[in-house]
Amino acid sequence: MKYKIYSFSKQLALLLLVVWTVVSLVTLLIELVPGDPAAAILGEQATPEQVANFNEKHGLDKPAFFFSYHGEKGIVWHGAKNRYVDYWQGILTGDLGNSFRTDRPVLDMILERYPPTIKLALAAMLIAIGIALPLGVLAGTNKNSLIDNSSSFIALLGISLPTFVIGPFLVYIFAVKLRWFSPTGSANPEDIILPAVTLGAALSAILTRMVRSSVIEELGEDYVRTARAKGLSERKVVYKHVLKNGLIPVVTILGLQLGVLLAGAIITEKIFSWQGLGLLLLEDGIGKRDYRLVQGCVLVISVTYILANSLTDLVYRWLDPRIRLS
Amino acid sequence: MNRLAYIGIAVAAVFILTAIFAPLIATHDVTAQNLMARYAAPSAEHWFGTDALGRDVFSRVVFGARISLEVGIIVVVVSSIVGTIIGAVAGFYGGWVDKILSGYIFNVFLAFPGLLLAIALVAFLGAGLGKLILALCVIGWVGYARVMRGQVLKVREYDFVQAARALGASNMRILFTHILPNAIQPLIVQASLGMAGAVLSEASLSFLGLGIPPPAPSWGTMIEEARGFDILYNAPHVLFFPAIAIALTVLAFNFIGDGLREYLDPKQRRR
Repeated sequence: MKYKIYSFSKQLALLLLVVWTVVSLVTLLIELVPGDPAAAILGEQATPEQVANFNEKHGLDKPAFFFSYHGEKGIVWHGAKNRYVDYWQGILTGDLGNSFRTDRPVLDMILERYPPTIKLALAAMLIAIGIALPLGVLAGTNKNSLIDNSSSFIALLGISLPTFVIGPFLVYIFAVKLRWFSPTGSANPEDIILPAVTLGAALSAILTRMVRSSVIEELGEDYVRTARAKGLSERKVVYKHVLKNGLIPVVTILGLQLGVLLAGAIITEKIFSWQGLGLLLLEDGIGKRDYRLVQGCVLVISVTYILANSLTDLVYRWLDPRIRLS
Repeated sequence: MNRLAYIGIAVAAVFILTAIFAPLIATHDVTAQNLMARYAAPSAEHWFGTDALGRDVFSRVVFGARISLEVGIIVVVVSSIVGTIIGAVAGFYGGWVDKILSGYIFNVFLAFPGLLLAIALVAFLGAGLGKLILALCVIGWVGYARVMRGQVLKVREYDFVQAARALGASNMRILFTHILPNAIQPLIVQASLGMAGAVLSEASLSFLGLGIPPPAPSWGTMIEEARGFDILYNAPHVLFFPAIAIALTVLAFNFIGDGLREYLDPKQRRR
């Protein structure tokens, strides 16, 4: 128990450290903008008063960090009244600042677009499981057969083909040629199918490989021989015994992949004009140079990704002593 | 090596030769527009047809190979050198140096979704070839560092390293002449997979409009320009050829990487 708590707190400390670093990096990213954010937003014709007002309104008139380096003066100390502290204070009180363009709170804009992205990621996960389970079991129970080799090849294709290739191809086949779905948007419930398949393709390929090797591994265990000796049908052996044990690592991967899906959704959302967080980042954020919004989106996506990964990892370590000890 | 790896080598060789001899292979100027011949279907004059501005798709795909492989090679070389040095330092010196590097810095970079970090960097730095390469190196080095650290930790305990130390060799000499050459194999695998990753990331960023700006013929940009409903309906070839090119390139380098990994590590051979 003592070891469990030690291991848990160590993981938690690392998680907090990573989150702190990521938030700090995102906070300071805005300093990379060439020139002045105000000039980018207001245009070159803006008067000095307009620029000053803009900077004051968005807190850009303060120094970026606790200290800065000026050639002749060396390192100059600015104290706690700086943008880094402001942004952190905002985050801790649930305020990600206001959009440079629309003046709306960035958090509100993100919260509006967060559910569609989660919905898309979960749908992608369901589709991936639906494809991977039967395909992986078929491949694993028919090792080195034509079925196995073809499913391995399909899995490799799924991993190697980028979403921006799979997506337009699916649109071409199912929206342009067969006219089963609309090419973009999310007006009808079935509109989620093409984006979810596109986003879930790589995951289904990874899962197929995992289910295959899990099934092969478990088929060599003693309990399988016992089950067969009892006279159970091969179907029952595979689905009642082998799959039950073989799915443990697969379930863990699912948790880890949720984060990957959320980050990968950016491209899928662009292909299908899916009104999620990724499209908000690309079109309203980067497209309109709304740096405050970009900061907020990057922050929320990456923190969700890190939390999803770390929580899965923590729970898995807690549950499975073999992982902890190794 | 398995058969797929040889296929991968053959396909990669075709793309590398295409990239090198692009000016000789291309049949048209890649930026020359011909508005009278927009969306022309594949023909003897235009082997892969033409795009929205009447540009020759074949020539653009050929020059696209040059952009993809150029970016891929630069990113792999730079990030493997940086990653190797950092990973070797972490593994060789151990102690607090390793704790900071592998326990903290590696974890931060691994915890961040790679593409998102690249998007964020390009969004704030602005688009362009140099910035794109920088962003891809920032997300790429940690893979090499992790592999290298693991190898160095293993190799530094070998007898010949202890012998070199006993003979009074300096740390640098031990690291560069004894440990590195013996730890290089997995790096080659990583580089091959990294090449596929870099080509893919370049195309992804270009697809998102954050990569190499038009009219440069990046495959990602070409796919982005071809994905409208009307274009897919009237001229699907504009999408097909760059899509096939990128899929084949990425598959080829993944095949090579997987094949090499199996070849170099018998334990990983397919059960």
